[in-house]
Amino acid sequence: MSGLKAAFRPRSHFNARSGNRYSLLPLRFLALDDSRYIVTNLVGEHLVLPRETVHALVRHELPMNSAAYAELKASHFVVDADSAVALDLLALKYRTKQAFLSQFTSLFMFVTTLRCEHSCRYCQVSRQSESKHEFDMTVETAKAAVDFMFKSPSPSLKVEFQGGESLLNFEIVKHIVARVEERNLQERRAVEFVIATNLAPLSEEHLRFCADHHILISTSLDGPESLHNFNRPKKGKDSYALAVDGIRRARAALGKDRVSALMTTTEASFERPKEIVDEYVAQGFDSIFLRSISPYGFAVKTGQASRYQMAAWLDFYKTALSHIIDLNLRGVPFREEFASLILRKILTPWPTGYVDLQSPAGIGISALVFNYDGAIYASDESRMLAEMGDQTFRLGTLGIDEFETVMTSDRLLQPLLDSMSEGVPMCSDCALQPYCGADPVHHHATQGNSVGFKPTSSYCQKTMGVVRHLIGLLEDDPAAAHVLRGWV
Amino acid sequence: MRLPDGPSVALPEELSYLREGDVVRVVPYAGEFNVLYRRASPHNSMLLTERCNSFCVMCSQPPKEANDGFLADVWLQAIPLMAPETRELGLSGGEPALLGDRFIELLRACKSHLPSTALHVLSNGRLFNYLSLAKQVANVACADLMIGIPLYSDLPAGHDFVVQARGAFEQTLRGIMNLKRCGVKVELRVVLHKETIDRLPRLARFISRNLAFVDHVALMGLELMGFARGNLEALWVDPADYQAQLRAAVEELVRGRLQVSIYNHPLCVLDRSLWAYARKSISDWKNEYLPSCVACTEREQCGGLFASATLRRSAHIAPIFRGASG
Repeated sequence: MSGLKAAFRPRSHFNARSGNRYSLLPLRFLALDDSRYIVTNLVGEHLVLPRETVHALVRHELPMNSAAYAELKASHFVVDADSAVALDLLALKYRTKQAFLSQFTSLFMFVTTLRCEHSCRYCQVSRQSESKHEFDMTVETAKAAVDFMFKSPSPSLKVEFQGGESLLNFEIVKHIVARVEERNLQERRAVEFVIATNLAPLSEEHLRFCADHHILISTSLDGPESLHNFNRPKKGKDSYALAVDGIRRARAALGKDRVSALMTTTEASFERPKEIVDEYVAQGFDSIFLRSISPYGFAVKTGQASRYQMAAWLDFYKTALSHIIDLNLRGVPFREEFASLILRKILTPWPTGYVDLQSPAGIGISALVFNYDGAIYASDESRMLAEMGDQTFRLGTLGIDEFETVMTSDRLLQPLLDSMSEGVPMCSDCALQPYCGADPVHHHATQGNSVGFKPTSSYCQKTMGVVRHLIGLLEDDPAAAHVLRGWV
Repeated sequence: MRLPDGPSVALPEELSYLREGDVVRVVPYAGEFNVLYRRASPHNSMLLTERCNSFCVMCSQPPKEANDGFLADVWLQAIPLMAPETRELGLSGGEPALLGDRFIELLRACKSHLPSTALHVLSNGRLFNYLSLAKQVANVACADLMIGIPLYSDLPAGHDFVVQARGAFEQTLRGIMNLKRCGVKVELRVVLHKETIDRLPRLARFISRNLAFVDHVALMGLELMGFARGNLEALWVDPADYQAQLRAAVEELVRGRLQVSIYNHPLCVLDRSLWAYARKSISDWKNEYLPSCVACTEREQCGGLFASATLRRSAHIAPIFRGASG
């Protein structure tokens, strides 16, 4: 084998650097297991390296001609005399990752009524009987809510109807849709409507209206019939049958991709991870969002109790995920959405737009809730907390408080500051910070302050548990890694 | 052939392909006759200079240190003669950006005489390290302009070695960022050979992580012209032997939502999963097929080989029979 002609200089000529020292760029590390560390940089690039390599790296003793050094340099963990362009690329990537902040509030939840014919075990909103119309949103409140929403500078607005059972006050849904559409003739924002409903009251009139106005349907499906009906009690014990029938009718009227479902995990779900996944496959969904058990309601007792439950949820999650990966390997394409979101954070330069896993938190600046009674809340969880008697995250009242006042009030700004994990104790040192976020409402509810104490935080326990599990799979299980990489 | 304001010129037989609307250059005192532009061809390209500030180990158009400023004058005269319907026009070198203001002048001429022609510039990107030059290009506001820039490694030394210029990696990356910052479309071009193939999947990851904003990524087979001939033994890899790296790179780029094309590869040497990305990229005047290609059912959608492939070609070129497994 001959080399290049004499006019050309060999590779070694360009390998010779003007110095033999390197500088560390911002990086953090965390033990993955006894012998390996996860190392991340501030834009979420990661490497899994042997413990000795990390030791040598941080002591500036890593040989600059080693393969590990090349990986670290190419992924912008170190910089040397060769080139300083890594700094510009890092700046660009950081701006890209934080791009979601430039959008400002785009999700608005309208609680059309607190009435509901279900009495779900995990429902944090004090459900009211179907006849109590004093729990309905009025036209005046709806008008003020729409005005308030259009104060947001976001070029895209998502209107989500919530309850109770949102369809029980269908008149106000129609009214809000008409008002938003009329207003948008001038505003020209990208507006999207979603009705969150249990589908039990779904009529042909509802479906026609949804079809006419391109409204998406989001419903609840907790798993197989017995589990779903146990979690979601209703007179007639027919919640599952109505949901499944509603999904079928809504798909026929609106299109398959216009109907989505969410599941909530309860202690009863812990025993049945595979059956829950199989139910979603059987109902023709191509993904499932395995949500964790909510810390509100009965779960807010002690930090320990909630950590105990989160450990059980993590086991549940891993079993379900492994089942989903097996399905994919057997040729059934199916995704788990929480994993997809985290994988996008790990494997791509893009932000996710997922408000529950961002820093600063999504409260107010990504999403707002308009309650039936005119109260403005920082998030759906803030409203649940208020229904339990804690008004901490009530930001104001429609028709009284201006957008500017609400969005710049200490009630919102203080918890937002507390939620910036880049500077929060323990988070600021955590290698998983680029993949995580903050939930001041959760930490207020479970630990009594919006910063939270991470060693006993179930939010931290959950995110770290899932991220470590995913990185372990990417590293050690090539078949699973291939499936997971396809989900971003 | 009649010249506009003068005598007739008798053309030799081998120029009988010339048609109405083609542009030629005649230099009577030097006895030169060049075909500059063919109206019917989709592959017209203007060689703006032979000078270059890089010295790539596989350069198909080796740079010359000549004072060839007259080339820009020639093209400034030729552009108004080209048909406004021309779909695409290449601007290449050497390094076109070395022309500085004249390069901008050429772009302006294209914009005013060929307003709907897609312009494709081949540049090493290094001079766009100067934001002012990138701004000047953007300010011409061509309707459809793309700058194709090579990137050979995710590590400075790897790229600098291939282009034989220390600091080129840094300049090229800053150039790409500057152009995109000004709203100019950028295509990345990676020529595949022994010195680029091993880190190709890592380079793909680097691109999807750092340069996801580029408009197109072209992964290109080696053309055995110029320096690639002299360095043949040092650079040659049979494409059949790098399918794993190529597949991994394409997968990574596609996952990164980048537009990816594979150029200069006959289909029979490409993994079937890569066919969707293969383009018929070889210019009409330098592509060919082998006698055995006659029997191939995929010939219509295959770009064939460079004429220069007589020197060395994949050992795996063989007709494909549709429906046959493989």
